[in-house]
Amino acid sequence: MAKSNKPIVWSLFAGGGMLSAFVTPVLIFITGLAVPLGLMSLDSLSYDRMLVLAQNPIAKIVLFAVIFLPLWHAAHRLLTTLHDLGLPKGRIAMTLCYGAAALGSIAAAVVLLRI
Amino acid sequence: MTEQTLQVEILRYRPETDQDPAFQTYTVPYRDDWVILDALNHIKDNIDRTLSYRWSCHMAVCGSCGMMINGEPKLSCHAFLRDYYPNKVRIEPLANFPIERDLVAVTDDFMEKLESVKPYVIPKQERAVDDGPHLQTPAQLNAFKQYTMCINCLLCYAACPQYGLTPNFVGPAALALAHRYNLDTRDAGREQRQEIAASNEGVWDCTFVGECSQVCPKSVDPAAAIQQTKIASTIDWYKALLNPWGKR
Amino acid sequence: MSRKPYLRKMPKSWWLAQRRYTSYMAREMSCVFIGAYSVLIVLGLYRLSQGRAEYGAFLEALQSPPSLVFHAAALVFALIHTVSWFSLAPKAMPLQIGEKKLSGGPVVLAHYAVWVVVSAGVLLVARI
Ligand code: SF4
Ligand code: FES
Repeated sequence: MAKSNKPIVWSLFAGGGMLSAFVTPVLIFITGLAVPLGLMSLDSLSYDRMLVLAQNPIAKIVLFAVIFLPLWHAAHRLLTTLHDLGLPKGRIAMTLCYGAAALGSIAAAVVLLRI
Repeated sequence: MTEQTLQVEILRYRPETDQDPAFQTYTVPYRDDWVILDALNHIKDNIDRTLSYRWSCHMAVCGSCGMMINGEPKLSCHAFLRDYYPNKVRIEPLANFPIERDLVAVTDDFMEKLESVKPYVIPKQERAVDDGPHLQTPAQLNAFKQYTMCINCLLCYAACPQYGLTPNFVGPAALALAHRYNLDTRDAGREQRQEIAASNEGVWDCTFVGECSQVCPKSVDPAAAIQQTKIASTIDWYKALLNPWGKR
Repeated sequence: MSRKPYLRKMPKSWWLAQRRYTSYMAREMSCVFIGAYSVLIVLGLYRLSQGRAEYGAFLEALQSPPSLVFHAAALVFALIHTVSWFSLAPKAMPLQIGEKKLSGGPVVLAHYAVWVVVSAGVLLVARI
């Protein structure tokens, strides 16, 4: 049997799963609920603050990781879940899922570099 | 006092006459110390001699009496009527396997897969009897002991949706046994087993549903074995990437 | 005697057939929200790079009812992911001290402890 290259995507899946298990809930809570609902001050996400953050090189790396890893985690899980739901495993589904994750990662990198 | 009874609905399939399997209902006496297998034996002995099913030990050791009981894979010698009474019980052959006849499943596929992972100690060097015993400490034994408990009952395969969706998947018990020998200090056959275990059809078809470990009557925990094999195979892969001149 | 093994088909709705399969599917579905949230962060950063007005519009959009509904659902699924991830963690890291295999409980608890610390840390930073 052919040697598998699954370890590449699987390690991204596992790393992203670990990272988002720890940080995604609190991030969603802050940006999607607490600040918009006024539980936390709008200053938390203010333009000036976020700009300073996004311009800091270390924060750029952290932000990239927080986007990139969960994105690949999600893409890989989506692929297996589509299969669970009856879609045949194949090149098309694979290209769509991983391609979307690759595009998202590139977009994140470009935006972060240009801020 | 009238005798208490229980209704059991059994999926019957007689290949000579039946196009498709169909349910047949039997009424059996209810005893609170009976297991499903006792009810089947009662039917076979007293009601319908044509009913086919496998069993041998009646004590959760031989692994031959696995079947779907109310949709869950169970050893029929280990599932008590009292856990179902007074409701009707539905009995089907193990899911994800073809039906040979009535409750008898065709398990050849598993046998081939089991053989393919070389479930035996492959020593580094052949040892002669004169070399004496191959010693192992209790700690070394305990590292893999749980995986030796497998009785090949195939409940885990019947529970695994990935095996149902992808019949080529090597599956829980075979991968757990591969892991068992990989962890054995007397063994040096991991690389040979990885050919199968680390292939696409090996651990990578697993999505960690975890049902195999839920239904296993022997607490083997195949899901853990597979997860650990994924991690070890991933480390191998990165090692090979960093050291392309190494072996393999 | 000739054989005629009968093959049953796995129904497409297999994951509805049993409660544990359904919660597996809920866990897997968390990926839709986690992936979408990643895309949303990229979008926010893009709006940030465009300027104050554009970023302000993004913040305002976050206050719209559809956004709130999405984030509430996303939070639920993200929590499903977290809880299921932690509960399976011990399977990946078996612990043994001497002859004794350790139970997975402490590994799970350690994950929760780190999670609480990380979440509190992020909340603190956001408030400063
Ligand atoms: S791992 Fe458990 S469920 Fe699977 S065949 Fe072995 S004993 Fe049966
Ligand atoms: S009859 Fe042997 S395991 Fe049930």
